[in-house]
Parts: sequence; C-alpha cells; structure tokens
Amino acid sequence: MWNYIKKNIAYFLKKRHLPDYWKTYVESLKNIPTKSIEESKFVVFDCETSGLNPKEDRILSMGAVIIRGNTIEVKDNFEVYLEQDVFNRESVAIHGLLKKGKQKKISEEQAIKDFLIYIEGAILVGHHISFDVACVNYALKRMGLPKLKNKVLDTGILFKKTKHQLYAEAFTKVFSLDDVCDELKVKKKDRHTASGDAYITAIVFFKILGRLNRNNDLTLKELFFTPKMIY
Amino acid sequence: MKNTIAERITDFIKMYPPFDNLPYNELYKLAEDTRVIYLDKDETLYTQGKPPKEHFFIVNQGAIRIYRQEGEKTIEVEMCDEGDVLGLRPLIVNENYTLNAKAYEESIVYAIPIQNFNKQFENNSEVSKYLITRFASNSATRFSQEDNERIFADYKRTTNTDYFSSKISNLMTTAVCCNHKSTIQEAATIMSENKISSIFVLKKDKPAGVITNKDLLHKVATGKFTIDQNVKKIMSSPVITASPDISIAEAQIIMLKNKIGNVCVTKDGTPDSKLLGMLTQQDIVASLSNNPAILLKQISRARTIPRLRDLRQQLNDLLTRFINQHISFTHTLTVVAELNETINQKAVEISIKELNKTPPVRFALFALGSQGRKEQLVPTDQDNGIIFEDVPDDKLESIRSFFLELATIINKNLHSIGYEYCPAEMMASNPKWCLSKKEWESQFKDWIFNPTEKNILLSAIFFDFNFVYGDKELVNDMTAIVHESTENNNRFFMFMAKDALKSPSPLGFFRQFLVDQDGAHKDHFNIKQRALMPLIDAARILTLQHNLQGINNTAERYYKLRELEPQNAEIYEACAYAFKALLKYKTKNGLTTLGEDDGKFIKLENLTKSDKVKLRRCFKPIKSIQEVITIRFQPTL
Repeated sequence: MWNYIKKNIAYFLKKRHLPDYWKTYVESLKNIPTKSIEESKFVVFDCETSGLNPKEDRILSMGAVIIRGNTIEVKDNFEVYLEQDVFNRESVAIHGLLKKGKQKKISEEQAIKDFLIYIEGAILVGHHISFDVACVNYALKRMGLPKLKNKVLDTGILFKKTKHQLYAEAFTKVFSLDDVCDELKVKKKDRHTASGDAYITAIVFFKILGRLNRNNDLTLKELFFTPKMIY
Repeated sequence: MKNTIAERITDFIKMYPPFDNLPYNELYKLAEDTRVIYLDKDETLYTQGKPPKEHFFIVNQGAIRIYRQEGEKTIEVEMCDEGDVLGLRPLIVNENYTLNAKAYEESIVYAIPIQNFNKQFENNSEVSKYLITRFASNSATRFSQEDNERIFADYKRTTNTDYFSSKISNLMTTAVCCNHKSTIQEAATIMSENKISSIFVLKKDKPAGVITNKDLLHKVATGKFTIDQNVKKIMSSPVITASPDISIAEAQIIMLKNKIGNVCVTKDGTPDSKLLGMLTQQDIVASLSNNPAILLKQISRARTIPRLRDLRQQLNDLLTRFINQHISFTHTLTVVAELNETINQKAVEISIKELNKTPPVRFALFALGSQGRKEQLVPTDQDNGIIFEDVPDDKLESIRSFFLELATIINKNLHSIGYEYCPAEMMASNPKWCLSKKEWESQFKDWIFNPTEKNILLSAIFFDFNFVYGDKELVNDMTAIVHESTENNNRFFMFMAKDALKSPSPLGFFRQFLVDQDGAHKDHFNIKQRALMPLIDAARILTLQHNLQGINNTAERYYKLRELEPQNAEIYEACAYAFKALLKYKTKNGLTTLGEDDGKFIKLENLTKSDKVKLRRCFKPIKSIQEVITIRFQPTL
C-alpha cells in the first residue's frame, strides 16, 4: 500500500519536473478531435541505428515526412544526423554513416527535442515501427522522459490487410520493406538512408491506404483495427 | 539541412522537358518547395471552371486522365503519363481551368509552385521557347495526338460530336491509300488487310480516285479486268472531297447527295490538295447513336489500345442507354458480352503485334469468373489464364516464359482499356495460371480429387472458363477433361455443394436483410456475395452434374436445367428470372456508383420500399435452389 502511494507521489513529482517541451507535446496529443483520415496528421518516420538492439544501440539518423490529406510537403521534411557515441562496425555497410561523416551532426537530446515538436498531434507511421519507437523511447529514457504517447500504425501489418483472403498464408509472413516495395511497385531509391526510407514508407502508406479505401469510406478507426488472423 | 527527398524529386524532373535543360541547383531549389500528392483512382486533381491553384503538376507515377465536361457529356482529351506536365497553361495565362484532371489509376503527382518556377525561369530563353511551341501546337486529329510527345496536354483540341457545330476533323480517321502505280491485286490486298471496303488512290499525296468493293465486284470479279492491271482502270474519279472545317451535318449531306459511304478529307476541300484523312458514314452514326453493330465493327477495326479504351467507354454508354430504355435484359447481356469479348480478342491481337514475335506453339487465352460466364456488364477485374500445347519437358520453361511475357503485355493492355488487375492475381501473367495442356489437366484433377477449402474456392472461379482467343480446341479439350473427372464424382459434388451453400439465404430471422457486420462495408448489403453467388454456384454444380458442356451463362444454365428436370422446372425458371433481375439491379447500381466495386454493395438506406420488396421476391428462389442442392448432394453428412 505504502509502496503504491510512494510510487504515485514519485510519479507526480517527476511529472512536475518534466520540461516544457514535453508538456506541450503531451498536450498536443490530448487535443486531437476525432478526425477523418483526410484531416489527420501522419508522420512517417524511420531511424538508422548502430544495430538491432534498441537498448544498447544508438540512433544515427532520423528521417520523417508529414502526410496531410494525401500530400507530402517536401520542405517540411525532417532529416537529422546524430553525434555517435556508440559505433558499430558491422552496420556501417548498411547505412553508410561514418563516425565523422560529412553531414552536420547534432546531439541526441537536440534531435529528440526537435522530433517531439515535429510529431505534435500526429499519428506515427513506419515499417515495423515498434523498433523505431523503441529506439526513440530509450533515447527519451536517457533524457529522463517517459515514452512516446502517439498512436502508431505499422505499414507491415497494414500491408497484410490489403491481401486477398485467398492468400491467407501471407497473414503469417513477415514482409520486409523491400518485399512490400516490390509488390506495390514502389521505386527503391535511397534505401537505407533514414529520410529515403521514410519517403519510401510514405509512398507505401499511400498505396496501402488507396487499396484499403477502394470505396472512399475508410475511417480512421478501421485503420487501427486489425483482425486477429493477421497476427 | 540536407533534404534527400528534394534530391530525389530533382533527379526525377530533370529527365523531362522543360526541366532537362536546367541546372541541377536551380531545380533543387524548386524541388524543395514541391508537394508530393497521392491520388487514388478517380480522385480529382483539378476541376474545370475553377480558378487555378498555385501549383502546376508533373506526373511521377501512374496516369492522369484529362477530360472536358460539356453539359452531360464528357469528352476525353488526354492521358498524362509519367513525366508529363499538366495544369500549367491556366497559371501562365491566368485563366480558370478549362479541363478536368482525374487520376485514371493510382498516381503520385508532384505539385510545383508556379511562383518559384516563374522567378527562376522567367528569363530562361530555352524554357520560354519550349512553352511557346507547346502552347501553339494544336494538332487536328486524335490519332496524330497519340504519336505526339504528350507534354502540356491541356492545350489540345478535343473531339466533340455535336452534329451541327463540330468540325469533321474531329471524327476524321486515317485514310487507307495505295499508289497510282499499284495493281488491282495490291490494292485489294491492302483493303483486305485493313478490313475496309474502299481505298483511295494517291498521286503525289493528292487523291486521284477511289476503289470500292463494288468496283471489285462489278469490274474485276466479272472478268472485265484482270487483277494484274493498274488500279486506274477501275477507280472512280474524281473523288468526292470535303474540307476539314465543315460540320458533321454538312458532310452527311455531301454523302447523301453523292450516294457514297465515305468522303475524302483534303486540305482545302478540293481533290487537288493534300489528303488528310477520311470520314465514313459509320463514324458519324457511331458518334451520334452508339449502335452495337457499328461499335462491333469499330472494335474489330481498332488498331491501338487507346482506341479500344474509347470504344470500351462507348460500350458503357450503350449499356446505360439500354438499361434506361428498359431493353430486354437478356438481349443487353448478350450484346454487351459479345462486344466485351471482341474487345478482349482485339486486345490480345494488338498485344501479340506489340510483342512482335510469333507464338511458338498453339495456345489459347480464356476468361474466368463473370467474364467466363458472359455476365460481365460493368467492367470488373480481369480474370484470365493461358493454355498452350504440350511440349517436351526441356522446352517447357522457355515456352512458358514466352507466354508469360505475352500475358504481361495482355494484362497491361487490358488494364489500360479499363479492366482492373485482379487483386487475387487470377491472371495469365501469373506463372500459376499460364500452363501447358498437361499441367492444366493435372491442376484441374488436383482441384477435383483433393477438394480442400482453397481448392474448392479456386474451382468455383476456374470452372467457368470461356474461350477468348487462340486455338479453341485446347479449351474444348480442357472442358472435356473437367467433365470426365467430375462425372459421377459424388465426393467432389458434395464439397462443391457445401461451398455453394456457404452463403445462407439473404434474409434473416425477422425478414431483415443480412448486412455486412464489419469492415469497410458495414451496413451494406452485398448483393453479389449474398444473392448472386448462391445462384451462380448452384447453377454450376447442377450443370456439372448433368454434364452439360459449353453453357456458361447462369440464366441459360437454368433454362437448360428446366428442360432436363421437368419436375423442378418451376424452381429453375424462378432462379433464372431472379438471377437476371438481381444482375440488372447490380449493374444499375454499378453504373451509378461509377465503377466502384462494380456495384455489388448496396446501401440499404438508399432502397425504396418497392425495391426492397422486389429484392426479397428474388431471394425466395435462392432458398428453394439451396434446398434442392442440400437434398441432392447431402453436403451436411
């Protein structure tokens, strides 16, 4: 009992000490009226990391685009490169980001701060997004902040929803971004750069929405609903 | 800040004029302010009569259809493909959009702000020269438009079929000609190849005379002239000519006066100037009245896919008219199915030409599903397969790859005509459905002898195949195999019956319509799944049981069954009637919702009381036929 109360007090104390930018971020998510897909703000994002362990590895670069009403505004593109303290030789082959690369780099804290502003009031979209969200959450933890509060959509799962029931075997398969691009005929340029992957995923997201919305009556609620058989 | 997406857009636009001559840095600046817009099929990019937006557009992926709305009529202007620029002219001359732009298929479009474009390229002589030439070009016929590079498509003249005001240049087609030195045989060969009844004889681009079928009959076939003589001997001269600027009405008067079926269009309207094309009586009639016989003729003469697309559109108009005029639905069904089949055959023919290789062995393309049953009124997805002759094992794969290549072109062309790709990939370009005779045989046997749930689902689609193009014998052999394997195969019938009964009667306990409970079509009544499919499935299994070959149409199947089983005649009669009524209902709905899901989803709230009663009346036979099937095949055991 005492423990429970203590925990609660600790929580409220902690909450009071949360920085302002975090508070505005949380506030922005509370005030979303139930919107249609057209009006919603989607942020499609992707992280390049030093490895596949969200706890140990670090974010090297983040790329994101905003989708509003089937449109991407190119100048609103989010693209940052982070200073690296954890360096992993093996993953360099994939993302090509060197410790002392040419791009201008910023600190992890700054990147996350910028990112929080960027995703205010947004629904996050990504391919196998739970990994990217986990990476950001650990970065937030290092800054003493709680986890991300946004609703998320995974294009990996949404893609399965577009499949015809005849191909039910697809529901149990895991589709990589490359697989999905091949099937939806999305050109794979700038693959494995955070920004490029975010853009590709955005196009994939468009195409999936188009397929799910053949009759122009898809609602946001349906988008979040995933039948059990797909898992 | 680095912007990878802007780089990507720059890389794309710099491949296409007018951007191809511009420096990378400036294009990059332009790209940074660009928007990426996604359009699903039939979504609007801009609308005629609306003030221009701040952006013009370049198509990145997909195709945008540009058309003009004149009263009730829509007039197709252009199809913009990858790299085409559109919507620029209204911005530059500062006027409202004069055309509509809608996505013809799923598309991605870049919207480039005009202000930035002006600022950066106003003084670039290359760009302005380009713009001037593009805006000034207005080629007269649609056929030459097809060959043009299609940039700045907004400013092309359109076809307009208004009888009194429209110029004949809009309806004019390419004239088939021969040289004045040709022999009669050569001329006749050209006529036969082009399937036409008259040919113009040219002398230095000017029409010197005309030869018609009648000339060949009266002057050659009778023996007056031999086929190796010069065309001048039998041609009629001078040619009746017209200027491209006269109206359709005037042209028709010229034809009536001279008692001719076609008139030659020359530059200044006299026989002494350059020949531009010709105008036939049929083109006029077709443009005005949409007559099925003429449409059929036009389809068999079509030489390009865009032309077929137009004709398919006309077929839709014809269908709408038939339905509105309450013309017998059986007749409508037959006419549309016939025309549809011809379009499909023609598309295959054009595809083979496009591939430019002769098929190595005999083959046939067949249609499946609704098209196979000849019940496709509103175009739905294309379902088709290819069968080819048995070949030695070592050659099998190379021959298959040939047919796959052909099938890919066929599927693509059918798609451009307006038949959607099949979401379940029931298409000949899928290696699973492009098989040799032997492979199809074992495939069908697998379905019949291993009736798993998936196999039964597939057999329901594949058992209604119908020959479209190629060697009919191959398809007939396949039919024979199916019937051989199903004869007295009670186990298979039992499974099929089970499948046929899976959608129960569409009425619920309280005589309410059963509507979809969840998903995108909540509260819609799925007329296809709930009402049409049970009737189709039942007809299929019963005809298989009776070993009836060559009847695919559901209504016809019921009529045939009525003859074979007089004891159930009443039920079958009612089923045939209900099927036609329901299909008509679905078609009507499909035409009003404009092709979205071919009208299978009906909103209950849109139904009037009498509609509901009519529909309910159609459901009664479903129940009866399902009872017949339950008793006969005992699927519940």
